Amino acid sequence: MAEPAIELVGIDKRFGAVHANRDIHLRVEKGTIHGIIGENGAGKSTLMSILYGFYQADNGEIRINGAPVRISDPNAAIGLGIGMVHQHFMLVENFTVLENVMLGVEGAPLLKRGIAKARAELKRLEQEYQLDVDPDALIEELPVGLQQRVEILKALYRGADILVLDEPTGVLTPAEADHLFRILEQLKAQGKTIVLITHKLREIMAVTDNVSVMRQGAVVATRKTAETTVEELAELMVGRRVLLRVQKGEAKPGEVKLSVENLTVRDSRGVVMVDNASFTVRAGEIVGIAGVAGNGQSQLIETVAGIRTAVSGRVLLDGQVIDITGAADPGELRDRGLAHVPEDRHHMGLVLAFEEYENSILGYHDDPLYLNGPFLDIDAIKADARKKIEKYDIRPSDPRLKTANFSGGNQQKIVLAREIERDPGVLIIGQPTRGVDVGAIEFIHKRIIEMRDAGKAVLLVSVELDEIRSLSDRILVMFAGRIVGERDADASEGELGLLMAGVENQEAAE
Amino acid sequence: MSQPFAKLPAWADYGLLPLINLIVAFFVAGLVVLLVGESPIDAAVLMVKGAFGSGDGVGYTLYYATNFIFTGLCVAVAFHCGLFNIGGEGQAYIGGLGVAVIGLGLGNILPWWITFPLAIIASGLVGALWALIPAWLQAKRGSHVVITTIMFNFIAASIMVYLLVGYLKASGTQAPETRVFGDGGQLPGLGWMLSLIGLNMRSAPLNISFLLALVAAFLVWVLIWRTKLGYEIRTMGYSPKAARYAGIGEVRIIVITMMISGALAGMMALNPIMGAQHRVQLDFVAGAGFVGIAVALMGRSHPAGIVLAAILFGMLYQGGAEIAFDMPNISRDMIVIIQGLVILFAGALEHMFRPTLLRVLQRLARTKRQSTPAVAAEGGQ
Repeated sequence: MAEPAIELVGIDKRFGAVHANRDIHLRVEKGTIHGIIGENGAGKSTLMSILYGFYQADNGEIRINGAPVRISDPNAAIGLGIGMVHQHFMLVENFTVLENVMLGVEGAPLLKRGIAKARAELKRLEQEYQLDVDPDALIEELPVGLQQRVEILKALYRGADILVLDEPTGVLTPAEADHLFRILEQLKAQGKTIVLITHKLREIMAVTDNVSVMRQGAVVATRKTAETTVEELAELMVGRRVLLRVQKGEAKPGEVKLSVENLTVRDSRGVVMVDNASFTVRAGEIVGIAGVAGNGQSQLIETVAGIRTAVSGRVLLDGQVIDITGAADPGELRDRGLAHVPEDRHHMGLVLAFEEYENSILGYHDDPLYLNGPFLDIDAIKADARKKIEKYDIRPSDPRLKTANFSGGNQQKIVLAREIERDPGVLIIGQPTRGVDVGAIEFIHKRIIEMRDAGKAVLLVSVELDEIRSLSDRILVMFAGRIVGERDADASEGELGLLMAGVENQEAAE
Repeated sequence: MSQPFAKLPAWADYGLLPLINLIVAFFVAGLVVLLVGESPIDAAVLMVKGAFGSGDGVGYTLYYATNFIFTGLCVAVAFHCGLFNIGGEGQAYIGGLGVAVIGLGLGNILPWWITFPLAIIASGLVGALWALIPAWLQAKRGSHVVITTIMFNFIAASIMVYLLVGYLKASGTQAPETRVFGDGGQLPGLGWMLSLIGLNMRSAPLNISFLLALVAAFLVWVLIWRTKLGYEIRTMGYSPKAARYAGIGEVRIIVITMMISGALAGMMALNPIMGAQHRVQLDFVAGAGFVGIAVALMGRSHPAGIVLAAILFGMLYQGGAEIAFDMPNISRDMIVIIQGLVILFAGALEHMFRPTLLRVLQRLARTKRQSTPAVAAEGGQ
């Protein structure tokens, strides 16, 4: 048997009290696509950072093509033929593709020769792997899928034989993701070795040859993809059986609770982010807004929640107009029964430096329940926080703990508990399960369905199409600020994917 | 791993780390003293003795500390809102006008226990109003408060010179200062307090505004951690986006916070004017507004820490003066260098030893863990 491309032997890494990687053994065979799957915080990123030289392992050995190596920094990793495509691209936005590819390996103080060489090499790579990108296009003008291709080109240009992709599909439409997978197959056919880190089980099943599951810092299993199932992998990831599909009954939509009419929103630079959007949300239904990140969903819900101002249009809550052009006060909207779980949990939904109980009243700190005149009634706030901690099973169950020390799932539960327990008539919820572990996802989805069944109007925004499809009763698709389509909950993924990519008329696309 | 580095335990963060910083600062300062040919140990003894060794030493130390408590609180309150108020110097200087109005106008008519509360209000009000303009510009126009407050220091200084030379100067004198206030414009000293512990304060200017500073420190603690307003201020300071989300008005909070901050600086004027000199003199603030920044940094913006840091800086001022007096090679400027070193290590470089300290503590924790086969530490879930 040939030497494996990567072999990790007993890798161990601690950050303070956190044991991020424990005694990891992993073999990645040459010329295969190897998936690494695990919940957030399972240690996937730490492991790959060790492989790429960002961190040093406390113990253990890395072998590349059979030879033990020391990878002290990313340059050493590149020298060993390891390339990394990060989740957040490391590209200079106002440089061209060519400039980005040669950045750091220009060769000489004068660029002329380097440019010629890079151009020739790019052409060769393009032909060899069908990775066509215009070398003179500016990065900021390229769609995300192509930007990612540039990242891959960068790695190949530096002679990568082993390519590590960290959550590569998070920012892609389904069609772009499929395209990426075809590229990966192509690379594999040319003998490259690929490590794919993801938390999406479907992707693992679609492209990988082998898959390793990580849980709590350890590799708990390695399987041949063909010999395993989604259910088995999910169970390995969480350590118990999980319900992957959400169980829910028929929606019983009632009166219109939230109505958005011809809403147009510009950002601070004057770019139109929401373009003449109109829709309604009724009591007892979940309306999902699907779309690739950055197509105006964030601006839309922030405007409805009173955080942003709109250029034109109307928003009605229970038939009463919300002042969206001036200073709509989120506090006032809360009083009127509109709760908002924001997309950006870390900067908006929570103050991470606060203790848990302080966050449990954020936005509701005007409530006399929590006050004694101008003073905070700390005992009442803590008692209230304890109740929510118990009801939402927030762990650790300590209201005095700094919020930053909770896991993503528990932080989200803190926000949800705060917003849902006020019994709002309308719940706006953005990215309910981003950065949340599988166990908590199940819990959060159940709560959202419960809200619906209790006759509340729920407006849901998520970039996870699966989540939109499994929770929503109606699905709106946003593209470039416009609502380009409305579909029933049973719309196919392909149909929604086309809408998300901006192809409005399905017939035209076929 | 979103948070790869564990935090220091509280005792190390608030106790050990400042202590290390301080020791290093004094060590480097000691090298400077050595360099000019004096004994660092003698200098240290002289400093501590000068600051705490006698009744008037203690009196002066606490008198200086009073100024620094006010200006330290001024900086800290703004810090909690994410604002860097460098204008304490100017706000205190102009706050002197409020004291002057009361002292000159009512000092001959009313007893001190009536003029004192009035002067507190007047000085606080003037300081607050002086901070209002930069606050408004920041909140409404986005003009950075660091820049505007610095500029307002210069404006305040110019206005005070203009007023002292042109209008407030007592007739028939050459000095740019007001006349001496009447008895009602003079605050009682705290000699009785020091005599309780057997010290004789003699002519040291420590006065009742020291107690006011302690009350102010307590009230700032209540404000920041126990009131709704303080909650809103901290939310804004940690995360303006979260404040927006929570419906906390940015303009309102910035303006109110800066006015509270300015009021605290303004009240500093009480100590030198009503408490010590009984008149308004040119440049009576003497840099205390800037020392307040170091005090707030060192005290971690917590009132208790600020009181301690203020006393430390009071000691540097008083003890430093003693060194300059007794050691011929060490001039007054030398003392400023030593004070600067303390500010450098305790303030600006306060995080320098943090990673090392963290590593050492972790290693200690690990060896402890290995010697006792404990349960593996597990985060989250």
